[in-house]
Amino acid sequence: MKDLRAIAVFVLLVGSIPFVTDSGVVLNFVMMALYACLLAQAWNVLGGFGGQFSFGHALFFGTGAYVQVMAQVHAGWNPWLTLVLAMGVSALVGLFVGTLSFRYGLKGSYFALVTLAFAEVFRIAALSVPFTGAGVGLMLPLRESVSNMQFASRAGYVWLILGLVTLALCVTAWLRHSRFGAYLQAVRDNEDAARAIGVNPFMVKLWATVLSGALMGAGGAFYVQVFQYIDPGLAFGPHTSVEALVGAIVGGMGTLWGPVVGALALHVLADVTRNLFGQLPGINMVVYGCVLVLIVMFLPRGVGGIGQSWFKRAKPSASNKQEDA
Amino acid sequence: MFDLSILFASVLNGITTGAVYALIALGLTLIYGVLHIINFAHGASLMVALYGVYFLKEQLGIDPYLALPIMVPAMFALGYALQRGVINRASHGKDENILLVTLGLSIILENLALLFFKSDTRNIETAYTLTTISIGPAMIALPKLVSFVGALVVSAVLLAVMRYTDLGRAIRAVAKEKHGARLMGIDVDHVYAMCFGIGLACLGAAACFLLPAYYVNPLVGSGFVLVAFTIVVLGGMGSFVGALVGGLLIGVVESIGGLYLGESLGQVGIFAIFIAVLLLRPQGLFGARA
Repeated sequence: MKDLRAIAVFVLLVGSIPFVTDSGVVLNFVMMALYACLLAQAWNVLGGFGGQFSFGHALFFGTGAYVQVMAQVHAGWNPWLTLVLAMGVSALVGLFVGTLSFRYGLKGSYFALVTLAFAEVFRIAALSVPFTGAGVGLMLPLRESVSNMQFASRAGYVWLILGLVTLALCVTAWLRHSRFGAYLQAVRDNEDAARAIGVNPFMVKLWATVLSGALMGAGGAFYVQVFQYIDPGLAFGPHTSVEALVGAIVGGMGTLWGPVVGALALHVLADVTRNLFGQLPGINMVVYGCVLVLIVMFLPRGVGGIGQSWFKRAKPSASNKQEDA
Repeated sequence: MFDLSILFASVLNGITTGAVYALIALGLTLIYGVLHIINFAHGASLMVALYGVYFLKEQLGIDPYLALPIMVPAMFALGYALQRGVINRASHGKDENILLVTLGLSIILENLALLFFKSDTRNIETAYTLTTISIGPAMIALPKLVSFVGALVVSAVLLAVMRYTDLGRAIRAVAKEKHGARLMGIDVDHVYAMCFGIGLACLGAAACFLLPAYYVNPLVGSGFVLVAFTIVVLGGMGSFVGALVGGLLIGVVESIGGLYLGESLGQVGIFAIFIAVLLLRPQGLFGARA
């Protein structure tokens, strides 16, 4: 399959970067860019392919991050195991939120609102209960070893996050070619029509939420392994939700490589602004906000949409086509 | 301990706060009712208005209540320009795009404020900040009482405008049937922008009433935004009466929740209502929408 071959080439290329250079700056950049790709790709599964815009994906991110720390600190689990657990629990949160929202037919702005509210509820809950460390947050003790998922050099983290991104890419490729993916896109484009031909929109959207939640939870777990600290604001604050969403939209929703391109582009942009303006608080987010507005205004199909209209294979939704001109 | 006079004071406090919530929610529900979009930038716009009031007081010495005739038109102009210049242009006729653009606007506004004003929390000192008035067994701060009355007056004016003026009729016509209204010679884009302007003008008024008893920082709006959404959803999207009743109700819930559960968990009560209403009765208490 073509997508799989492309993914393999991507993995080989990016995976070999640590062999070419051991510059901390470069590896750090690659790592953070891949991390942004993971978040964008996770959002893309539900938002891009499913058409359900979540404004509170930090919900899953924070859940993954907290599970990753708590299972290690409180229960003494091995981080490789807790990574699976973090994804599982985030998926369960997705199951819960998805069941509630879709059972009652929430869509569009209502769904965006309810995800936002859930993230906020989780943030306040994390601030209020003792086992999350409340406002102080939780520290992951420094114990450097591969079995502990704490690597001496950035290279280890690059490979780890590359593995997670590959997983996300494979899920996306599967969505493009599988029956389930076709159902999901059918529901996105016209829910009533999809129902009429026998698709169960509730189940389809629910599973997309679960998948998306699991991937986002992996992002949270990775974040904690790298930065070894989490607090309610970092975990459930709006910043992560925005980063995931803007990355996917800038690159092109519902595509395989769009979120990768988008996250990378944003990351370069953020670095450039940092060099231009220094570490001013909020400047990154201003740039993200401007990019979001401009992209929606001028390139509704994302940066990836430009390339797509040059090559073949215009996306099935024909209504978008004229807007590209 | 269960003490009636404390409870009474708490309810009173909740009602006065709730009136300002209602004013904020009125702007939101007007925009939703007509444009059928959720203005995610509502909280950030309130923050802008609060800074406006703050600087008018600090730089020019204008009393917050006297700033009303400045802030209301200024916010109206901002809203009109935003809708005409940015939101309408970016929407391409799709609701999702409006959702994203208003989200983008709120990110930009909040972080610009963070950039320029830092994350310091600021408040203003006025002669009447600490004046209190006793009502029955309870004491209440004068600014809160003024904000209560002010919010009700502005709401009444808004309702009158909607009901008795040509603009109000045009707005209601566009809300009901956009294409029909256009055929009757109503400039729909203009009405949209007017609605957005009026919605933000409500925030201008709310900011004037709010600041003497409150504070401002770059993220102050996000605290209000979910509260306002909750009120709008609770009252029924697009319903003015719903927004008023919902605002007072939420104010009381927050106040009593804060009394018994503590400040931060009291907030959870609001979100719990929000999620419960969305799931169980998405049309709200007064909404007619199926």
